[in-house]
Amino acid sequence: MKKITYFLFVLCLVPLAVFASGSEVKLDRAPIRMEDKLSLQRGAHTFVNYCLSCHSAEYMRYNRLRDLGLTENQISDNLIFTGQKAGELMTVAMKKKEAKQWFGVAPPDLSVIARSRGPDWLYTYLRKFYRDESTATGWNNLVFDKAAMPHVLYQLQGEQSLVTKTVDDGHGGKHEVSELKLDKPGMLSKTEYDAYVADLVNYLVYLGEPAATKRVHIGMIVMLFLFVMLALAYALKHEYWKDIH
Amino acid sequence: MGKRLASMMEWIDTRFPLTETWRYHLAEYYAPKNFNFWYYFGSLAMLVLVNQLLTGIFLTMNYKPDASMAFASVEYIMRDVDFGWLIRYMHSTGASMFFVVVYLHMFRGMMYGSYRKPRELLWLIGMGIFFVLMMLAFTGYILPWGQMSYWGAQVIISMIGAIPVVGQTLSNWILGDFMLSDAALNRFFAYHVVTLPVLLVTLVFIHIVALHEVGSNNPDGIEIKANKDPVTHIPVDGIPFHPYYSVKDIVGVVGFLIVFCGIIFFMPEMGGYFLEYNNFIPANTLQTPDHIAPVWYFTPYYSMLRAVTVNFLWIDAKLWGIVLMGGSVAIFALLPWLDRSPVKSIRYKGPYFKIALTLFVISVLVLGWLGTKSPTPLYTLLAQIFTVIYFAFFILMPWYSKIDKTKPEPKRVTG
Repeated sequence: MKKITYFLFVLCLVPLAVFASGSEVKLDRAPIRMEDKLSLQRGAHTFVNYCLSCHSAEYMRYNRLRDLGLTENQISDNLIFTGQKAGELMTVAMKKKEAKQWFGVAPPDLSVIARSRGPDWLYTYLRKFYRDESTATGWNNLVFDKAAMPHVLYQLQGEQSLVTKTVDDGHGGKHEVSELKLDKPGMLSKTEYDAYVADLVNYLVYLGEPAATKRVHIGMIVMLFLFVMLALAYALKHEYWKDIH
Repeated sequence: MGKRLASMMEWIDTRFPLTETWRYHLAEYYAPKNFNFWYYFGSLAMLVLVNQLLTGIFLTMNYKPDASMAFASVEYIMRDVDFGWLIRYMHSTGASMFFVVVYLHMFRGMMYGSYRKPRELLWLIGMGIFFVLMMLAFTGYILPWGQMSYWGAQVIISMIGAIPVVGQTLSNWILGDFMLSDAALNRFFAYHVVTLPVLLVTLVFIHIVALHEVGSNNPDGIEIKANKDPVTHIPVDGIPFHPYYSVKDIVGVVGFLIVFCGIIFFMPEMGGYFLEYNNFIPANTLQTPDHIAPVWYFTPYYSMLRAVTVNFLWIDAKLWGIVLMGGSVAIFALLPWLDRSPVKSIRYKGPYFKIALTLFVISVLVLGWLGTKSPTPLYTLLAQIFTVIYFAFFILMPWYSKIDKTKPEPKRVTG
């Protein structure tokens, strides 16, 4: 009986979820360069320093980062702060249950976050935090309203605030436009911060599918082979079918 | 050496009809010589079937049908298993390409009247294959245990539950639980890797036996067996399947592989149509996704399910939706008896049929597109209109196919 009630409760939430969608913010295009190993290394560095304390990447092993041109020793010395071995998974010590108490929601695992959210969303999200005293963390986000995550990178980006302006669209209509204004500059300039986030998102895309670069390389060889095969197969067919009219 | 081989063949042939089978199904199976592009998809469906069986076996070696481990085990395959990503993408892309190939194969049958006498049973067996294929796709999609796996299955399960009187019992029986859970995941795994593949392979075998009994149709829709050489009794317009169609099908196979591998290696998610973005979020039983959409090959039926918004004849709108959805698939089975045209092929059918088929294709495409969108009043109206057109194609067929102005069929196959 309990299960049925629970199931009905879940079903009742369905229409709410439909209403909850919408409120689209235009996403900035993330400059993804999967071949840029240095960018991926910088992203990995940011990831283990800023993300990996709350968010796990528990489907990913540290030593897989050799894909980025690092040796196992470099990985152990520079990227593992948890005392784990290089062959272990990128887990976090924070317990899901406690995290839920602290943040209201447990920080999601980031292994495949770039595949579900998409790089553009992540790139925009990480740059659109603003000060909002009405929330528990004191931060809010233009892309993800009432996000449970505080602005972890605020020392780098600085503090932004939300400015809502009414704009005339030239056709007699008026629209409210929300913009972010930088109140307190951080350690990085806007361009530097954008590049910093781009490296991180680049890394997150790699993290989503570490085999992607290899996949494309193999794919080119496979396609080349198939086109040769097509020519041969066609020639064979042509030869056999000469006597069919 | 040749002598040895011959005596070995003789030894086998007295114990098993090997040479006979080879002749009957390949070397002396006479197929019409005028097959065109549309006739590649039968052999391609077999190719995809073999691909699914082989890659599926390797996936089961590392997949864990456990609600707490399934999602992680798929990522383990993607990252830690050697070439696991390739095997997984071959299987996931193969699932979608199976439907591409089968839909085109069915469309070929509709164009050239391949379901008409004497191929009614062949068509019905094919419908059985189509049904099992849909069950396979559904059970397989649940296995990664992502958000779309879970909530998509939830939609289907709630449909079974909506069947009057027996629905709830039936749903409990299928799931082994009162809701979609670990027990259900285990069962769906069993259905997906044992029950359904065995059924599918059996049906495909029967499909081919039935085909080789009646012989293949062709783009002219005339029977090549009606015109046999008086001496050899071989159809004048027939050519042996092997080597002619075996070498021709190789061209089709390589052409198909170019598309198939293009997707696997360069766009395995196919823009979210083959692998949905939301399915990269582990299943969360407490959080319904903003937007539940099935994979593309089910979207036309999903549209029809959602199209009914009013209760009608004391029956709930939801149940009507389910009836329509089931009917939209089942109605294909009636085609052999709905078509009253004196000719089989679209080449000799009149304008009514051509218009009807075009409208049907458009309605399938529009319904498919609508099924990927969140419903709005306009979209629902469109879905209703195109659902009516979809069914009208079938229901009005006995009438328009009969009064249509047809052209006379040729005596011999044309180019």
